[in-house]
Amino acid sequence: MTSLANQILSHWNYLAVITLMMIGLYIAISRGNLVKKVMGMSVFQTSVILLYVSMAKVTGGTAPILIEGRDDIIYSNPLPHVLMLTAIVVGVATTALGLALIVRINEAYGTVEEDEIVAMDRAEDERDLRSEDAS
Amino acid sequence: MGGEFTGPFVEMLLFIFMIGMALYIARMRSLFTAAMLFGIFSLLSAGMLTLMDAVDVAFTEAAVGAGISTVLFLGALGLTTSEEAPDSKHGWTALLIVTATGLLLAYAALDMPAYGDPNAPIQLHVAPHYLKDSEQEVGIPNVVTSVLASYRGYDTFGETTVVLTAAVGAILLLGGGVGRVGAGKGRDDEGGRRMSDTPIKMRVRETVILRVVGKALVPFILLFALYVQFHGDYGPGGGFQAGVIFAAGLILHALIFGLDALRRAIPQVVVEIGIAAGALIYGGVGVASMVLGGEFLHYGVFDRHNPAHGQHLGILLVEFGVGITVTFVMVAIFYAFAGRSRQ
Repeated sequence: MTSLANQILSHWNYLAVITLMMIGLYIAISRGNLVKKVMGMSVFQTSVILLYVSMAKVTGGTAPILIEGRDDIIYSNPLPHVLMLTAIVVGVATTALGLALIVRINEAYGTVEEDEIVAMDRAEDERDLRSEDAS
Repeated sequence: MGGEFTGPFVEMLLFIFMIGMALYIARMRSLFTAAMLFGIFSLLSAGMLTLMDAVDVAFTEAAVGAGISTVLFLGALGLTTSEEAPDSKHGWTALLIVTATGLLLAYAALDMPAYGDPNAPIQLHVAPHYLKDSEQEVGIPNVVTSVLASYRGYDTFGETTVVLTAAVGAILLLGGGVGRVGAGKGRDDEGGRRMSDTPIKMRVRETVILRVVGKALVPFILLFALYVQFHGDYGPGGGFQAGVIFAAGLILHALIFGLDALRRAIPQVVVEIGIAAGALIYGGVGVASMVLGGEFLHYGVFDRHNPAHGQHLGILLVEFGVGITVTFVMVAIFYAFAGRSRQ
């Protein structure tokens, strides 16, 4: 039992990140409001970023900015930092694109609730079918 | 436990705050509140990233998450609705799926290397090469910058293009706003309400303290962005961070003094040219290095006697390109949201 507890403590970062990730996923799939869904996805994205960066951390390490003439310093891994840095900026750009789509959906349907949009689409489909039958 | 776990305690505490914030976001029916909480959530994660030694990432997250994302969410709420409809019926199914997925992931995660393990596979791959040889090969102290702009320059070029594409998409979806024949101007005449003209915003603009402090702050924010841009080789910073900070300064100006004031200073045409110009500078540096006889984005050829100098020059130029594109992309997206009238 203590070994499991130890393992949980030494892997705390993964468990914390997974908790955050799942909250983000929950918001994205359980909420009908499209803006709220995007927020959930942003929470998910932040947790993925933290997952990568937490893997780069070295105990006793410091930020990977080299100090001349010192060989005794441990640096954390710079590669995940690079990947996540660009991912954040790409993430905000894609979030903006998603929100722009939502604004257009709102203009077309008058609502951003998924249930209402689906109901409207269904009603329209049925109307089309009926008019086809009539003709 | 003893002294073994003294390190991660601050991180763990921050994580608990973040989980609390995320739960609050999930619960809040008011989307306005949720957007503000999301800003706090991002700021906390920036703190977290700093503690994990990712200073460059933290920099970006603080400017993007707490600054620009929040403005974007508020912009979208201004154009749609700020209140969520009462609970949908999927709550329990979603909870079940999420719990099951979470437990599976947690079970798998316990096989990963421990937090901070210096012998984890990730630390033994290319990272030692970057940390040991980048000083020689590239000649700048910030390894994140040398990996970003030199070793993985192709990646960064791709990301810059993705950001550019997203801005083009936003402009196509929401329209570039004023400055075009019949686009924005006509919409204003129809009595449509623009986000920047809501009554709350009007009151904000009349607040003397905001106007005075804002006017004093904006130049320093822009100056700081330039410092971040050109000091990125030596300290945390670079094109992405600088671009986002520069745009945040401009957006702050627009929020206090109105969208039209910023539009007069930076017209839509300039923004659209700027978006493409940055990516062109980046690609142009790549082509120039090919013309000089090297591979695409191989900056060493810029200075045959001292390749490290060539690398330094190349990095400075591509970071400048990235900075320009990111700045104008953020401003373009802001223009698209803020200039759209509510129907």
